[in-house]
Formats: sequence, structure tokens, C-alpha cells
Amino acid sequence: MDHLDQLEAQSIYIFREAFARLKKIALLWSLGKDSNVMIWLARKAFFGRLPFPALHVDTGKKFPEMYRFRDHYGKEWELDLRVEPCPPIDAVDPTLPPAARSAARKTEGLKMALAKYGFDGLIAGIRRDEEATRAKERVFSPRGLEGNWDVRDQPPEFWDHFNASPPQGAHLRIHPILHWTEADIWAYTKRENIPIIPLYLAKDGKRYRSLGDQDITNPVASTATNIDEILAELEQTKVPERAGRALDHETEDAFERLRVAGYL
Amino acid sequence: MNMLVTPTSPATPNGTTRPQVRIVIVGHVDHGKSTLVGRLLHETGSLPDGKLEMLKAVSARRGMPFEWSFLLDALQTERDQGITIDTTQIRFRTNSRDIVLIDAPGHAEFLRNMITGASQADGAVLIIDALEGVRDQTRRHGYLLHLLGVKQVAVVVNKMDRVDFSDLRFKEISDEISAHLNGLGVTPTAIIPISARDGDGVAERTDRIGWYKGPTVVEALDRLEPARPLEALALRLPVQAIYKFDDRRIVAGRIESGSLIAGDEIVIMPAGKIAKIKTVESWPVTPVATRQGAGRSVGITLDRELFIERGDIIAHANTAPRETRRLRARIFWLHDKPLAKGDQILVRSGPKESRATVVAIEKAVDPGELESRENKAIGRNHVGEIDISLSNPIAADPYTENPRTGRLVIEVSGRIAGGGLVLSVDAGQRAVPVDIVPVESALRADERSARYRHNGAVVWLTGLPASGKSTLAKALERRLFTNGGSPILLDGDTLRAGLNNDLGFSAADRSENIRRLAEVATHLARNGHIAIVAAVSPAREDRATARRIADTAFREIHVATPAEICEERDPKGHYKKARAGALASFTGIGNDYERPEAAELVIDTSARTVTDAADEIEQMLKTTGVLFDEVVDLAANI
Repeated sequence: MDHLDQLEAQSIYIFREAFARLKKIALLWSLGKDSNVMIWLARKAFFGRLPFPALHVDTGKKFPEMYRFRDHYGKEWELDLRVEPCPPIDAVDPTLPPAARSAARKTEGLKMALAKYGFDGLIAGIRRDEEATRAKERVFSPRGLEGNWDVRDQPPEFWDHFNASPPQGAHLRIHPILHWTEADIWAYTKRENIPIIPLYLAKDGKRYRSLGDQDITNPVASTATNIDEILAELEQTKVPERAGRALDHETEDAFERLRVAGYL
Repeated sequence: MNMLVTPTSPATPNGTTRPQVRIVIVGHVDHGKSTLVGRLLHETGSLPDGKLEMLKAVSARRGMPFEWSFLLDALQTERDQGITIDTTQIRFRTNSRDIVLIDAPGHAEFLRNMITGASQADGAVLIIDALEGVRDQTRRHGYLLHLLGVKQVAVVVNKMDRVDFSDLRFKEISDEISAHLNGLGVTPTAIIPISARDGDGVAERTDRIGWYKGPTVVEALDRLEPARPLEALALRLPVQAIYKFDDRRIVAGRIESGSLIAGDEIVIMPAGKIAKIKTVESWPVTPVATRQGAGRSVGITLDRELFIERGDIIAHANTAPRETRRLRARIFWLHDKPLAKGDQILVRSGPKESRATVVAIEKAVDPGELESRENKAIGRNHVGEIDISLSNPIAADPYTENPRTGRLVIEVSGRIAGGGLVLSVDAGQRAVPVDIVPVESALRADERSARYRHNGAVVWLTGLPASGKSTLAKALERRLFTNGGSPILLDGDTLRAGLNNDLGFSAADRSENIRRLAEVATHLARNGHIAIVAAVSPAREDRATARRIADTAFREIHVATPAEICEERDPKGHYKKARAGALASFTGIGNDYERPEAAELVIDTSARTVTDAADEIEQMLKTTGVLFDEVVDLAANI
């Protein structure tokens, strides 16, 4: 078993635990490289199908390429796709810095979707290596009634034994690719021939390493026009993956505040 | 320096097989874990651009000297209080391997987070402050590493600058920690004097520790071995789920140890049922022809239809795990409320979930000060050995035979509250299931149904005491027999007088009573009879179990006579006794009867005659395919 096989087997294990132990789950599909790998892994876990809905919490500000990708593969992969809108910007905490405030719309949209469907588990494609607060996450991470994350009281989780009983009305975040890295995602995407949005590949000396809303996501300098070149670039670079995400850098704790409030 | 570092983990585009080693850093609070990690990352050039500047700015803003630990203590609360609250992970690579460093908090209050981090590790670095020496938390962490099965421990004596790099002080601490670890059966792989703040002994041996001849921290990490391969052990495939998305019935799970391939003869434990693996299913390509080993998440189909459920363990017939209702385990306890003798707990062993009772507590100790002992309860952050009695049999291995299936966790109110290792499995007086080979009947199902003019079935009558279950059951029995069928009455009370006379009326015993009734009834149904079960069976979960056991043969009838009428009838005088307080755990007076939500038929015996009710049951049995319709019979005769 090589490194990618191990990552894959572990993710499948997590998917099957979530499906077996929770009543009503959905997978958050942000259309990016990580959630596409996640859908692929789920189809491996469930022998070709996604036996629960894929939820796209849509800010309405994604790139056109992303919407095209969603509409095409949502059909081709036979997903039970639920597109849920986000509230307008004035409905969001005005004390947050601008980009974070914009991103917080997604947290609110997520809460609305949760209330609408009554999911007790949301599968999310975050990874430990992306960002420091995510490194502290659990695989099954309980969220409070307001969708908030209590970092000071995370349940113990060991030997792949997960806490799967959310309190009444609350939900769990399930993180099946928490243990993957950015490079793992690309190596696996290549090995499995998983489709990607072309924005990840360099055009005019720039490419997106991480895709978010159009107005708060910036491309990084790059000449990588295929996955092998992306992998070679990752071996060399010292630029963090989320460097192009404005909301991470506004204040020291902007991102932590978002995550504690329920952001991914 | 022998470290090549990249900010992200190494890509393995060609599926190369660099071993990955997971290392946890543990020790008493303030002994310098986060500083060591920060230093390691800095010295090896693995910090992303701008991180160092950001940390300097954060320190300056707080008016503090530069602090490495800010790198990992990402949370605002952690920076404010200067402590690590939760475990985190960071990656880098050495010449020979990829390393995942797990930083675990040392504060006693966050022991659960330390365990969360350490349980994933192949090796550990235990850090000790040269000035403060070995502390309670140092000993506690050493003990927990041992308990978690982490055998490779490198000890780092930090802050040597505070003791003027004294080799005598170093030796003192080395001797003390060696004695402690050796006492637990752990031999430190190295004991290294360092100053994490200044870098001595981390990646380089400096003059200030010129008297020290052993490895640096980086060299010690490079010598730790990846986890032992599990493929060499006996096959253990705990069942996570059974999927019927299409015409395949796929048994899904992760191979914890050993390996399997289509054609293997397997046994499903704890029931001991035997089958052959027909195919190994996968996606996008299926079936899989190659042998699948430990660590793989697989799906298999079997050559026969057997009742299998989540938590069962699939093994090879000659190396199956033992079936037991009694375990001895060494556990650590993380819950606020101490674990006491007599406590009802939920035990998880892989995907298997079992209700259990703590029947004895031995050797409860605080691993920080190993002398103190008691045997009534295990306090928070303490360890102990306990005997557990399980309400249902499970398949388990002692951890010495299988580290994966020899582990368990304990849940309280839906949250993991402790966990530990299975020390021994008491198989008791039960038969060794691997020697049991079920014998198939000489008769085929259609031969029997041609004679009886019905298929085998389990007709399950549930309802309050005196609701009329037995009366209905007898009427139905008489009617089916008159028509040439083969009904057999299984009355709950009658079976309690014999087969089940070892069982009481606790929830666990009631469940077992229902399970046995269901097993007997299902056996009769498989042999073509209609087993009519009349049993209060108040728990919905227990009836669900019965339905799972009997599967498609199950027909549930809720005898829904109003409670006050049942009490008025009271043919056995039970209600009267219960009202007088002479019948503990009597269903009916309390509110512990859980009504069926989807019974095949609901009958209120206060509203109709016995004959009418029997008609209705007969009709239901016809429409659900148990009794053959006359029309079909006529057609068959033409």
C-alpha cells in the first residue's frame, strides 16, 4: 500500500462511519480541488454513488468556470445537488474586516441550509495543512446550536473512534480528508484522473491555488500548466496555500473568529 | 544538517514508498514542547515565507520577547494564556522519511487532547525541563504512551542553558526517567540534552554540550521506525456496514490486520457463521482480483445469504478471534465523573457497540504518583484495570495478539470518556465457535411449503401484559393447524420457564430474552413453520433486533388494547401485585412500553372478537405472502 492508498483507505473509513452513525448527512461541495477529491472518495466508499445530498452554499460570486463545472459534473456524477443561497452582506457581523465579513455570508448560508434540512452531519473538505486552526480539528467535530466551534472543549478522539452523537438540534462536521496535504490532493487527482477546474492551471504567468469568491481570491505567480508541474512547484514554493485568500490576512485572528463562529 | 524540508508534505506523484513516521511531542507544561517544534521547523528551513516576521510582530505587539511557541499555538486563547490547548500537526521530511509532528498539550486539564494526539503516533519525544526535572505530568505522559502502545520514546532534556550545561544534572535526570520508563517496560531510544531556545542539540551538537556523544533530536527522529506492518497478523475485518445499493449485498469495512482474497473461507464472529468470499467489490473497476491487506477499506460479497451486522468481525476460520461476554481491560479515564464499580457503560470495539457493566475495578492509580491506589473508582486522568461484563457477546483479541482489535473506548452520554487495551478475553464455558459448522436441513424450503401451503414466518405479537396476545396466538395456532399448516407457539413466559431461566428482568437480560426468542423462532421459520411469538417485548430496539434476525420472515402485530382494559382483565394478577409494589420491573404500570411505529398489523382486542382478530391476521399473512392465496393454488393445479 503506498501513501495515497493509505490516505484513500482512511478517508473511506471515515465516510462509512459518518454514513453508519449519523441520521441525515450532506457533503459540502465547494467545487474546488479538495471537495472534488472528496466526492471521488465517497463514490469509492459507496461503490459508485453518493448516498446523500451534495450541498453547494452559493455566495453567487464564484467564477463562471466554477458554475459550469458544478452544472456539468452535478449531472454526470448523478449527485443529489442542493444549491443554497447566502444572505446579503448587511445581514453579517459588521465588526469583521471586509473580506472576512464577505466570507461570513457563507457561514450564515450554511446555518440557513442546516435549519432547512435538519442535517445532523456535514461533510467538509478541510485539511490540517491548510491553516493553523484547521490543524487542531477533530475528524468528527461537534458544533453548537449556533454552528459554533468550541475549541476549548473538543471531545477526545483516538484510534479512529469518533464521537458521533450531536446534542439535540446541533450538528457534527465530518472531515474525511483532514489528514491530506495539498500535494496529496494533486497527486491523487492525477492518479485517479479526477476532473478539475482550469483556473488551477497557469495562464499568463498566474494560477489559483485555492478557489473562493471572485472578489476575495487572488491568483499566485506560477508557470504550472499541468498537475506534474503543480507538484514540482509545491516541492519548491514557500508561499502558503491560502496566500491568495484575503480574509486570512486581515487581522491576526480574523480567520480564527470566522471558524469559531462556524466557518469552514 | 540532514534535513530537507518543504512547507507542504512531500508529493508522491509516482507512489513512492518513503516511510511516514508520526511523532508526538509530550511533556509537562512549560517544559518547552512548542519551542522545540518551532526551533525544529526554523532550523530546517520549513517555515513558509513571512511566518517568522509575523511571529515577531505578534510578540512585539504583546510587548513580549520573541516566542517560538506562537507558531503552533494558533488559537488566540492559547497565545493569551501562553499554553497549548489542543493538539496540532505539522509536517517535514528528513533524508530517509516523512515526519508528521504532533504537538500535544502538557497541561493536565487537556490530557484528553494529549491522548488524542498521541494515539496516532508511531513514536514519541518526551521533553523534560533540566531545571525542574521529572514532574508528575512527565510520569503521567510516560505512562500514557505505554498504555497507548507507543513503544519508541526519545527523551529530550531541555533548557540545559539554565543549568549551565551541567553533565551531572543531565545524568541525574536521565537516571530518574530511565528508571520510570523501564518500570513500564519502555526503553528510551535516546536521552538528549538540548536548549531548544538556542538550538543546542536540536539539529547540531554544539560545544556547550561537547561532553554528550549521542544523537541530536533530528538524528533521533530519523532513527524511529514506522509502525509495524499488520499484514502478518491474522485477518480481522470489522464490519462497518452492509450496502444494498443494487443487486449486490456488499459487506464493507477496513481490514485491520491480515489479508483476504476472493475464494477465502471465512467465519463471521461472534456468531461463528461460515461462508466464502465470492468477490471483492470496488469502484470504478470491479471486482478486484488481487489480495487486499491491512489498512485497506474494502467491500466483499459472500457466497451465501447470512445475517451479518455492523460490528461483526470477519476472520479466517482457523484463526478467528474469541467470542466473549467478559473482558479485562487496562484503561485511562478522562471523564469528570469517576468510573465506578457497577456503572453501566457503552463499550466500542471498532464499529461494535456494546452495553456493558463494570463488574470490578482493580489497581486504580494516578499515573503521576504511581503509589496511590484504590479499587472503588477510577478518577479523571487516572488509569486502572477493570472487568467488564457485556450484554451481548462480542469478538475480541487481547492487545498482545492484535493491537488493532485489542483496543476499546468507553462512551458516556454519547461522548468518549476513556479507552484502553484488552488484557484478556474470557471465553468462559462457551463452545469454541470455530468448531461449529452449521448443518443444513435435508429438506428444501419448497418441499415444506408444498405440504403446509405456507412459507415459514415469525409472527411476533407484542403488547402490554393482558392485552390478549396469548389468546390471539392460540386462536391463530388452532386456525392454521386446521388448515393443514404447521404453526408453533412460542410464549415468552413458557420459554422463561426453561430455555431462558438464567435471565432476569434487567434491560440487558430482557434484550437477551428477546434475542433468544427471535433466534428460536427464526430457526423454525427457516424450516418452514410459522412461529407465533407472544411476548410483551417492550423495547423497540429489542424488537428491531428480532426483525433483523428473522429478516424478511418477520411480521409484527401490535396488540394495542388500551392499558386500563388490560389492567381490568389482569388474568394472572400481575397488575394487582405491581400496584402493591410486589412486582419490580413490571411493564404496564410504568410507562416503559415503546409502541411499534410500523407494525404489519395493529389489533385492539377490546374492540373485536377473537375470531374477527384471527381473520384479520390470516388476511395479513395472505397479503404479505406467508399464506398461499387460494387463487394461486388453483392456477397451479390447472
